[in-house]
Amino acid sequence: MSDAFSWIYSDTVKEHFTNPKNVFRPDEGFDHNAEGLTGNIKCGDQMLFMLQIENDSIRDVRWKTYGCASAIASTSMLSEVIKGMKLKEAYNIKPEDIVKRLDGLPSNKIHCSVLGDKALRAAIDNYLEKNGRAGEFRNEGVKIICTCLNISDRDIEDAVKQGARDWIGLQEKTKIGTVCGGCKEAAEELLHEYVHIFGE
Amino acid sequence: MAEQSQNTHRTVYMDYNATTPLRQEVKEEMIKDLELFANASSLHEAGRKARFRIEEARASVAKLVSANDPDNIIFTSGGSESNNTVFATMFHLGRKGKRRGIVTSQIEHPCVLNAAMWLKDEGFPVTFLGVDEYGRIRMDELEKAVGPDTLLVSVMAANNEIGTIQDMAAIGKIAKGAGAWFHSDATQAAGKVPVNVDSWGVDYLTLSCHKLYGPKGIGGLYIRKKAPVEPLIRGGHQEHGHRAGTYNNQGIYGFGLAAELAFNELADYNKNVGALRSRLKDAILNTVPKAKINGHPEAVLPNTLNVSFPGAEGEAILLSLDLEGIRVSTGSACASGSLDPSHVLLAIGLGPELAHGSIRFSLGRDTSTGDVDYVASKIAPVIARLRAMSTVEF
Repeated sequence: MSDAFSWIYSDTVKEHFTNPKNVFRPDEGFDHNAEGLTGNIKCGDQMLFMLQIENDSIRDVRWKTYGCASAIASTSMLSEVIKGMKLKEAYNIKPEDIVKRLDGLPSNKIHCSVLGDKALRAAIDNYLEKNGRAGEFRNEGVKIICTCLNISDRDIEDAVKQGARDWIGLQEKTKIGTVCGGCKEAAEELLHEYVHIFGE
Repeated sequence: MAEQSQNTHRTVYMDYNATTPLRQEVKEEMIKDLELFANASSLHEAGRKARFRIEEARASVAKLVSANDPDNIIFTSGGSESNNTVFATMFHLGRKGKRRGIVTSQIEHPCVLNAAMWLKDEGFPVTFLGVDEYGRIRMDELEKAVGPDTLLVSVMAANNEIGTIQDMAAIGKIAKGAGAWFHSDATQAAGKVPVNVDSWGVDYLTLSCHKLYGPKGIGGLYIRKKAPVEPLIRGGHQEHGHRAGTYNNQGIYGFGLAAELAFNELADYNKNVGALRSRLKDAILNTVPKAKINGHPEAVLPNTLNVSFPGAEGEAILLSLDLEGIRVSTGSACASGSLDPSHVLLAIGLGPELAHGSIRFSLGRDTSTGDVDYVASKIAPVIARLRAMSTVEF
């Protein structure tokens, strides 16, 4: 059998799947001051990030993931990338950045398995909250989806976390797409993704 | 991993329910008869020779399902075509007649589920029966669902994912008692367990050749005498006008021999493969904490072992085993391309975690004790590694 068939994704994904970096080990007693969990078992992926933060920088990180090979690899890659990074910069990491560093993933794997950035943001938010700085990065790295009403991908994410499950529900919470309606396709795509990740 | 060092790497195919390799005898038979290229509908000597071999093959396929008359078998391109032929027939019958009800199960193969969904979209009342925790149809529910308006009852003989075998005779009795047509997709059952069209009482029975060590692209449909058929493919008079298209000589020859060998070896297959399945099952249960066997404890295909490993995700398990040279399947959503795990595992009531963490080991006639022991030695470390990095407590 040719080597081209010996593994399904990139060699980088294989390396991070078979030899993941910074996995949390209970016996190690990792000292951390922030934690974030995202995803759910129903859709088959869940990630937990634990951060050791000092002077608004990520000193060290551990993680756990229940999920497929690309979920494990992308979490491992992300954990390497953010070591030593400023919180604000880490908050701005996008799934595409991780996918690029993994030398690519099939498109159907990106939405469901690259959840690490969301778990990471949850962990950073957790840290900010504990230090009386809740919502400080609220507008970091957001992408405006509805230009008429200035509604971002983060707003859609929040609406889903608060129970929006379909287009009508999303409109009730955000008023998105009620002016020109031109954003509907992009918004529905995000809605679908977030319902998958955050829906119960 | 040092503790496995005594097990040298090997390649183990344990995905026989997906497809089987072409067995040597069948391959040789197909090659031997390559010169019988003539159109089997031609009246000349070459055509008659080709036709003779086709009819021999038809008799072998009939014997595999205990059909008295070989003419009750038609050759198709495979299981999906056979199943669709039955549903297309029901479409035409239901449009004209009073009976329109379709009763099938939630655990059918997608080609039956989607054909039934098509009829539903066309306005037919369709019931997808639930199953019990082992994957068996509940007879009381079947009895409630079937009545004077029921046109067709279609239930698979054995399930491809969990291997559960239905009580076909009992289902047939209820279906025929209500005057409905009775169809069974026996794609997974044929060649693994005895199939008997008369004791089951089926009017239609679907067969696929590549699941029994024959070539792909050839299948069969048993049609009881006088049961109606609306051809899916219209054209020439082949297959009594039930299925047009020039005969697939080589495919049919291969199917004939594969069916004959499967029939002759059925008892040995059951004994040997069944023992290997037990060996693998025991090894997994002994080495992997909290592993759960899915499917019926007794009424199960001798080659199919479906196991849930809570705390580990199926695609990750599959790819880990693949790196060890072991080929299996999973019911996880991550491998299916959809957002939901296997419809069969959800139908038997597994929670998402058990469904996502499921692996199907399907053994075959080439599986050896050494293969089973090799696979067994790799599973526990793979599951332990994935569980160690998992967020899921189990």
